[in-house]
Amino acid sequence: MLPQSNLLIMARIARGREEHLRALLATMNQRPGFADPENPLLPFGRFGRLHVARFVILKDPTPDDLSVYGLPTRSFAPTLAFMADCDGSADELLAQLVALCEAGLRSIFSHCDGFSASNDLLDWMRQHRARPAAAYVNWVGRTVRQIREEAALYGAVSAYLDANGRALAVEAPQRIRRQLMDFVEAEKRAGRVVLNPSEPTPVGWRIRNLLNLIAIPLVLLMASPLLILYLPAFLWLLRRKETRDPEVLPRPQPAQRSVIAALEDNDVTNPYIVLGYLKPGWFRLSTVIFLLWIVDYGARHIYNRGHLGRVQTIHFARWVFLNDRRQMFFASNYDGSLDSYMDDFINKVAWGLNLLFSNGVGYPRTDWLLVGGASDEQKFKYYLFRHQLPVQVWYKAYPGLTSFDLMRNSRLREGIERSSMTDYEIREWLNLL
Amino acid sequence: MAQSTVTDHAALRFGAPEFEDIQGIARFGYGNLTSACFYLLRIADLALAREWLRNAPVSNAVARNPPPETALQVAFSVDGLRALGMVPAVLEGFSAEFLSGMAGEEARSRRLGDIGTNSPGTWRWGAGSVPHLLVMTYATPARFELWKRELTGSLWDRAFSKLEELTTSDMGGREPFGFVDGISQPIFDWERRLELQNVEAEYRNLTMLGELLLGYPNEYGKYTDRPVLEPSADPDALLPPAEDRPNTRDLGRNGTYVVFRDLRQDVRCFWQFLAAEARAANRTPQALAEAMVGRTIEGDPLVPWGENDVLADELPDESRRNQFTFNRDTEGVHCPFGAHIRRANPRTADVPPGTDSALKRLVQTLGLAPQRARDDVIASARFHRILRRGREYGTALSSDDALQPGSEGEERGLRFLCLNANIARQFEFVQNAWIMSTKFGGLTEESDPLLGNREAIAGSRLSGAFSLCRGDGVRHRLRGLPQFVTVRGGGYFFLPGLRALKYLASRV
Repeated sequence: MLPQSNLLIMARIARGREEHLRALLATMNQRPGFADPENPLLPFGRFGRLHVARFVILKDPTPDDLSVYGLPTRSFAPTLAFMADCDGSADELLAQLVALCEAGLRSIFSHCDGFSASNDLLDWMRQHRARPAAAYVNWVGRTVRQIREEAALYGAVSAYLDANGRALAVEAPQRIRRQLMDFVEAEKRAGRVVLNPSEPTPVGWRIRNLLNLIAIPLVLLMASPLLILYLPAFLWLLRRKETRDPEVLPRPQPAQRSVIAALEDNDVTNPYIVLGYLKPGWFRLSTVIFLLWIVDYGARHIYNRGHLGRVQTIHFARWVFLNDRRQMFFASNYDGSLDSYMDDFINKVAWGLNLLFSNGVGYPRTDWLLVGGASDEQKFKYYLFRHQLPVQVWYKAYPGLTSFDLMRNSRLREGIERSSMTDYEIREWLNLL
Repeated sequence: MAQSTVTDHAALRFGAPEFEDIQGIARFGYGNLTSACFYLLRIADLALAREWLRNAPVSNAVARNPPPETALQVAFSVDGLRALGMVPAVLEGFSAEFLSGMAGEEARSRRLGDIGTNSPGTWRWGAGSVPHLLVMTYATPARFELWKRELTGSLWDRAFSKLEELTTSDMGGREPFGFVDGISQPIFDWERRLELQNVEAEYRNLTMLGELLLGYPNEYGKYTDRPVLEPSADPDALLPPAEDRPNTRDLGRNGTYVVFRDLRQDVRCFWQFLAAEARAANRTPQALAEAMVGRTIEGDPLVPWGENDVLADELPDESRRNQFTFNRDTEGVHCPFGAHIRRANPRTADVPPGTDSALKRLVQTLGLAPQRARDDVIASARFHRILRRGREYGTALSSDDALQPGSEGEERGLRFLCLNANIARQFEFVQNAWIMSTKFGGLTEESDPLLGNREAIAGSRLSGAFSLCRGDGVRHRLRGLPQFVTVRGGGYFFLPGLRALKYLASRV
């Protein structure tokens, strides 16, 4: 199994260069916001290990929000972020990007502070690499190659079922499966279907993952006396803050929403990003650092097979601190349109959203960090609309495929390759196709 | 466990429903008034339009015995409210979707499936020529002509210019393809006795009043945003106070949004396609059509039903044909996953079936419960209900006649109307995520078998498929479904409460 990694490059945009950068990024698209996989600056489609990628200008739409705490507005210069999720090592991807697209990347990053023609591009990008506080991958170890091979398998089997369904239907389940296996075997021999075995799991990753699996509960266990001592103070502080923290939830400007909506729904999947201030003070910061640490652990070891909590529509996501941890952004790639994504969030994982996002300035009021908040549907949507950023360039390696499709295609393959299945299992398997 | 209970003290707290202030269509379908006509108007003279509106005998929702022989309802587009002189500060209180309009943004058209042959550029009304007013008239056949004449006298002629006079026809409770229609409806909690749970473990048709009317708590227990005014903006105290903000005036209270879509149905194309496919599917054309709809032509759901599927206290108000869930057909053997009624209302609770103990619930909430692939893909149907009030138009064409050679000739179809308090979360969600989605419930390359626009999506060549499960697991897939339904016009309207209507007609 070859696990995925994420790459994140962030650099401040040089003064006076933002508009020009926007225009340049727009040239990479085939439709507004939607990348041309063969664009000359960074032909994403040529990187066979790349799942999703984006360029986004991180420019806080709510710079004045700290004023509700009586604090002065901090104006952070806009930052260019490049994000990618890939199979295998992100270092290797970075090196490949530089090797193949040096000119394009140079022209993009030349809009950033501290970049000049004399810089070594790879060094410069490495220096500007940032690590997310937590990251989520829908299915750890499912590679782009596997996704494409399995999509082709589904296409072939689907066409076979369309053509032969009637004859197959009278057969017993075991015979149906046998015939499908024979068909796939023939397709493989003819070279029309290729199903490569999964690549070996890198030893280093395996060790690090195991250490992480053990170390974090161990640290928690050792720290538990302290945590228990802290708990009453934590709860007292939490309640004090929850009852006093101001909400900042004006109706979003329709124009702001329209600008972003114009970029959405070009594919069955959409990119998403929200950015905002953390509530000031050490209490919220320490809380969110601790919780993201737990979330990252959960994503690594528990939610690594098709769903984050109950939400099954997210391909990749990350939570990132920026501007000296005064601000945070959440970026994801989700299936469906924004309204259904938000509704899924609210109806299925409101508690999880509250845990993290309620540490952001202006969030709808929560109780005990879990209750309320996102379950105030309209306020929560206003909060998200207000903090959402347009994504200037977005690429996905497998247009038209949802995370459900990817899971279904993998299950199809599993059923073809397994040594045996019961009649009941076969029926359930066929029902997915 | 977490199942809604129905109690009386809420009713005591809030008083009786304000039927005299609610336009009747929110409560009645006026089924006995089989003649109806929808006028789309623009205001030609503001003072005269106000005068007509002040005097219009708009019907309220009070039940009468015998039922009235006529009815009149009035709704406004955002352009209409502007034409009436509503100031921007008040207008901004309406929802973003209403302000933008059904055809106002390309992104919205994309989400609603209004692309290709459905795109607003091809519409007869609603895109280029946007109406100000939607005036709905209903009557018994005997009274209809006279009723229209009474309403559309010389004042009407001077006050308005008529964009469209959309006729309807009585097809005896069937839509033009021949199916009994209008069965699945939410039942509104007029008496306000429903006590919401955070997590509803059972599907119910009984629905919070705030999903229908503005000014009341919705399924989240919250008040949907609407224009709420300072008392100074209502010097004659025409408007009621807002329940959630007593020192203000609620322009939305007892009002709702009307979604109007003018849909042309190609009945010949529908039955001829089915006749051609019937042999390969080993079914009759009618059986195929029934699988696409998810009901028999007489309206019975294809899923087996059991007692206690849906909250029993709703029984007196509805037929058993609305009294089922798909929990007994999780594999789509009886009713295909992509059938129209399964898309339009999947009848799911907030958690998958069988989440019945506290421990299971916790495990399920954390997303750790073992489950089958489709078990939790679509949840919480209660936030996406609409009240349908459509009427057919054109002459009925039986399935037998439709199979005779010939071109469609006369237009027929549905004047689709629905009422909801939150257009984005109700109508638009249903249309986008359920009806038009080619990925609904884990399906592939298929949108709604009746309403789908058959437009290809990125990465896939077609969307004109429809899968039937044969029971043994091997699907039968119809391919190349033509487009049976085309959008000919549409718009979003605000249907005010009657006090709000007075307010709009007097001053804004």
